[in-house]
Amino acid sequence: MATETILGVFAHVDTTVRALEELRARGYHDLTVYTPLPVHEIEEVLERDRPVSRVRLFTLIGGLTGIASAFILTIWSSLVWGQVTGGKYLQLVPGGIIGSSLPPFFIIAFELMVLFGGLATVIGLIVLGRLPRFRQSPAFDPRFTNDRFGVAIHCAPERAGAVHELLRAAGAEEITAR
Amino acid sequence: MSDGRTTSPTFADVNRDVLRTLDPPGNLYFAWMCVVALLLAGFFAAWAGQVWWGMGMAGKRVPQMWAMYITTFVFWIGIGHAGTLISAILYLFRARWRTSIYRAAEAMTIFAVMTAGLFPLIHAGRMWFAYFLLPYPNQRDLWPNFRSPLVWDVFAISTYLSISTVFFIVGLVPDIAALRDASRGWRRRIYAMLALGWEGADTQWRHYRRAYGLLASLATPLVLSVHSVVSWDFAMALVPGWHSTLFAPFFVDGAIFSGFAMVLILALPMRHFFRLHAYIQEKHLDAMGKLILVTGLVLTYFYLCEIFTSLYSGEHIEKASLFWKVTANYAWALWTMYFCNCVAPLVLFWRRARTSPVVLYIVSILVLIGMWFERFNIIVPSLGHDFYPYTWGIYYPSPTDTMIVIGSFSFFFLLFLGFIKVMPSLSIVEVKETIPPPVRDRAHGH
Repeated sequence: MATETILGVFAHVDTTVRALEELRARGYHDLTVYTPLPVHEIEEVLERDRPVSRVRLFTLIGGLTGIASAFILTIWSSLVWGQVTGGKYLQLVPGGIIGSSLPPFFIIAFELMVLFGGLATVIGLIVLGRLPRFRQSPAFDPRFTNDRFGVAIHCAPERAGAVHELLRAAGAEEITAR
Repeated sequence: MSDGRTTSPTFADVNRDVLRTLDPPGNLYFAWMCVVALLLAGFFAAWAGQVWWGMGMAGKRVPQMWAMYITTFVFWIGIGHAGTLISAILYLFRARWRTSIYRAAEAMTIFAVMTAGLFPLIHAGRMWFAYFLLPYPNQRDLWPNFRSPLVWDVFAISTYLSISTVFFIVGLVPDIAALRDASRGWRRRIYAMLALGWEGADTQWRHYRRAYGLLASLATPLVLSVHSVVSWDFAMALVPGWHSTLFAPFFVDGAIFSGFAMVLILALPMRHFFRLHAYIQEKHLDAMGKLILVTGLVLTYFYLCEIFTSLYSGEHIEKASLFWKVTANYAWALWTMYFCNCVAPLVLFWRRARTSPVVLYIVSILVLIGMWFERFNIIVPSLGHDFYPYTWGIYYPSPTDTMIVIGSFSFFFLLFLGFIKVMPSLSIVEVKETIPPPVRDRAHGH
């Protein structure tokens, strides 16, 4: 189905929020909002029926991987290279591992938890935010990183007129079809 | 120091004012760059001399094997604390005054940790074997000793550098997008690449905000852990004056204290030369002054605890070490430290001192001197006067290590001066968050 993109440019937060509320009420859900900064009021409208961002899942998995890999690295390498330092050691004997040098390994586990967790968070941001993008979206306008807010509605061509009218009534200072 | 602006800047003002900081620099900037480059040349010459002729060039003699290199290493790691404290802890606490200084402070953190990272290499002598510190598979199955605080340090500092850098870059992306949209030609192409195609779409912001909050939560314990781990390099040893559970909080507090002093040393000239008075206001200076005062008072308390613990310990060696520090060869360094760290910041009890750039600048320089001497006093007199008289020894700085220490400042300032001319040293997005958003109908507003 062919869709058309109508872009409304707003100078104010309240007019943008009004337009979004109107669009929601009329059942337009396929829209993109461009803002120069995260605005609480706009997020509040958009996030109402969305699940929480899944970035946190990446962080959790990254952090747990970090802890696990730290313990594997420290314990395994201590067993392989069985030096005794400060009377502390880990040794593999028939019946299991003996020794008492686990506490210092928690420091390595903490550091690797933060490292892997942080890197996984960024990977999550890149994957979920679909970055990097090498081509500019058709609806994007350079003013959206400065002081203007943009609402792009993707709708069927026959509804374009209604959307146009709605944006104008809400207070858009410029409306274009992209 | 107000420039007469009373109205709060608009969103477009923020973009314009931050972009203005990237204008081609003037003669003063190049003059500074020349001084920095000269010192850096001296730094590399001294380092090359040390590699060629050996560690004796740096005045290293048993028992003074740590001396100025590790002093300066700990000093720079400490400086690196304020940035992530401001960007992570103060972010989670929603301290809004942080927004106008946090970018500069984060850049400072990364450059300070990079500078610090040079010192273990310089101090190792044959720095081309530095990779021995990393756990890597090798044919003899030799692995780092994970029970050693020095190995914890490698992990703590490399994690801190990586996470601070990641945090810094994530914060920069939306700002670089703003630079991209305001520039032309080859600059635009470079910024476009670095901005990763950021457009400020709601689908990007929602993940961005969540990711930023999570990174801040991960970085918060990290800030406190790094200098704790550095302190264990000392506290885990039995040397009198080092072997104390006080060391972790003592180091963390001192790090924040010196870090904020460095933030002021960088932010005050930026405010003056870039005319950022509308963004770095008196209340920001006031808040930073208060933080320096509080951390300075806490540090004074720790100094008293240290003396008390030593006197109350009943340990003859501990008491002898303390007595030697206070009265003998390095007493001047100890009293300089007490003056700079405990007495000088007291002037910040007066509000007028906290809002005066000149007073703040002088106090900040004194604090940096004091904090450098704190690390010197921990390392040199303690190692020079431990259990047996035959292991005692005095350290004298040599031209080589003095040049390397001075040169490390030029390395740091070269990176920072370069940074402020290619990247926004004020966060465009976060400054916008602190000013009231444009609203058309006040009555229907929020």
